[in-house]
Amino acid sequence: MTTAARPIEVEERLLRVLGEDTRPQQRPGALSTSLTMGWRALVKIKRSPGQLFNATITPVMFTLIFTYLFGGAISGSSREYLQFLLPGILVQGVLFISTQTGVALTSDLQQGIFDRFKSMPVWRPSPLTGALIGDVVRYLISSAVVVAVGLALGFRPDGGPLGVIGGMLLAVLFGFCVSWIWTFLGLVLRTPQAVSALGMLLLSLLTFASNIFAEPTTMPGWLKAFVDINPIGYVVTASRSLMNGDGAADLAPALVSCAVLLIVFVPLSLLRYNKSE
Amino acid sequence: MSTELAVETVGMVKSFGATKAVDGLDLSVPAGAVYGVLGPNGAGKTTTLRILATLLAPDAGSARVFGHDVVREANRVRERVSLTGQFASVDNDLTGMENLLLLARLHGYRSTAARERARDLLEAFDLVEAADRPARGYSGGMRRRLDVAAGLVVRPQLMFLDEPTTGLDPRSRNEVWDIIRATVERGTTVLLTTQYLEEADQLAQRVAVIDHGKLVAEGTPGELKSSVGHGSLRVELTDPDDLPEASRILVGALGVPAETTGPARLTARGTDPRSVARALGELTRTIEVDDFAMDRPSLDEVFLALTGRPPTSEVPAARKPARKSGRKSATNEESR
Repeated sequence: MTTAARPIEVEERLLRVLGEDTRPQQRPGALSTSLTMGWRALVKIKRSPGQLFNATITPVMFTLIFTYLFGGAISGSSREYLQFLLPGILVQGVLFISTQTGVALTSDLQQGIFDRFKSMPVWRPSPLTGALIGDVVRYLISSAVVVAVGLALGFRPDGGPLGVIGGMLLAVLFGFCVSWIWTFLGLVLRTPQAVSALGMLLLSLLTFASNIFAEPTTMPGWLKAFVDINPIGYVVTASRSLMNGDGAADLAPALVSCAVLLIVFVPLSLLRYNKSE
Repeated sequence: MSTELAVETVGMVKSFGATKAVDGLDLSVPAGAVYGVLGPNGAGKTTTLRILATLLAPDAGSARVFGHDVVREANRVRERVSLTGQFASVDNDLTGMENLLLLARLHGYRSTAARERARDLLEAFDLVEAADRPARGYSGGMRRRLDVAAGLVVRPQLMFLDEPTTGLDPRSRNEVWDIIRATVERGTTVLLTTQYLEEADQLAQRVAVIDHGKLVAEGTPGELKSSVGHGSLRVELTDPDDLPEASRILVGALGVPAETTGPARLTARGTDPRSVARALGELTRTIEVDDFAMDRPSLDEVFLALTGRPPTSEVPAARKPARKSGRKSATNEESR
């Protein structure tokens, strides 16, 4: 090897930085690497505030349109309707931005940054779990905005601050669970366009065919049958009860829905993620 | 040379559907040097790298990195390698600083130490001014430097670089070459893939030529060149009308065919310096010669001889678009 061409002029600082073997002795655990990836997700939110704004503006517009356009017709008065609508809009808002989980994941996959992560000796699912930390922050921001707009428009929940916070946390929890669907779909579909197209279609259908905008009592039988088993409805009902002071009685079906989502989609996602071998 | 092997694959096979991307590949990469894997698009270079970096499992055969099996001891392998993919494997939304900070944290640096390490790397890779700008706005060369820096946050025993200079301008390419040389000097083995024969020639102590997932040839660049035969003689005549006569003299003196490769240019391949000296002496007695040159066979020619086709149909952006696809192989001396 002595005949190998030596660089005529190797930067000293280059050799210095390459010479130090500074590899830390202890490798970080799963929690630490997930938090590091979560930090990455938060930086990305900060870098593109427009995306968060776009995502938050939708539920705000829905609130305004439904409250003032249809509210009186549905509930007798706009103000009355708002009390009914707002917890549902909260859930819808979180759901709409949950597709972003899959979109961000696919663009990561396309960039090849996951190849680097996966070839490092870190807990493999860290990029997925870290992304979810960022998602939860986005859900918290979205629900806070919706509640703030609601309060400004005359939303006066009987559940008080605790009930409102409970409703918000339930929506965020549900969003977290739904994110795993998008994680799985992102890993399967692999393009941001496919994920967001499918996401918009599915979510529009599922949130309109639910009890978010109106009680299902006046709906035709076939639709009511669907609305009654739509898990989004369980979560909306529970969130509504919490916020409107009817307590946690409706919580059980909502939490079961969340658990089912996790039980199905967490293993599916992890299998798919590790499978690329 | 040390006998330790950084990489050893035996009969490695990987298929995607009906396509065999890697088809029974045997590689032995000695530790401590730059090893070049040379091949055209679709030869199986990237798949090979992805298997060695534990991202794909081979369908058959085995692959070991410093003696550790890439499937059964994947984590042992991951502790020793870093992979810089063909397409930027940095986060476009994050700044240069944040990208390196992220990787340093993942490697276990505490927050202050991580920041220090990131800053040292930015300095060494000449990225200080761009440190706080998102990588999205980086030039090709800057992005590639950040990419390589990201692979050196902790110095790996083995660094994989997938086409590290594809699409770079000559200056950036030279910078990346310097970085690679410095990395090897510090004891890291570098396994790089390339479509550029010049790159393998410049950097690699040993080269594997692969095509259709199979090893076509292996050796030092020098061995590969001499395996193809001798160099070629190129002669520029003053007067094109002399071409037939000059050709006759050269063929007579050299015993190999002479092809017309320009308006007044003859190229004779497969010659050695001694006969060339004699032939030139004879030629210049009767014919006026403007210029002549003796070329060693380029790796382009090696590739052509081994695989029966030119190494790549694409003209890399960094090079002048001089190569015309329709021309015959004899014009390959231009690429040196």
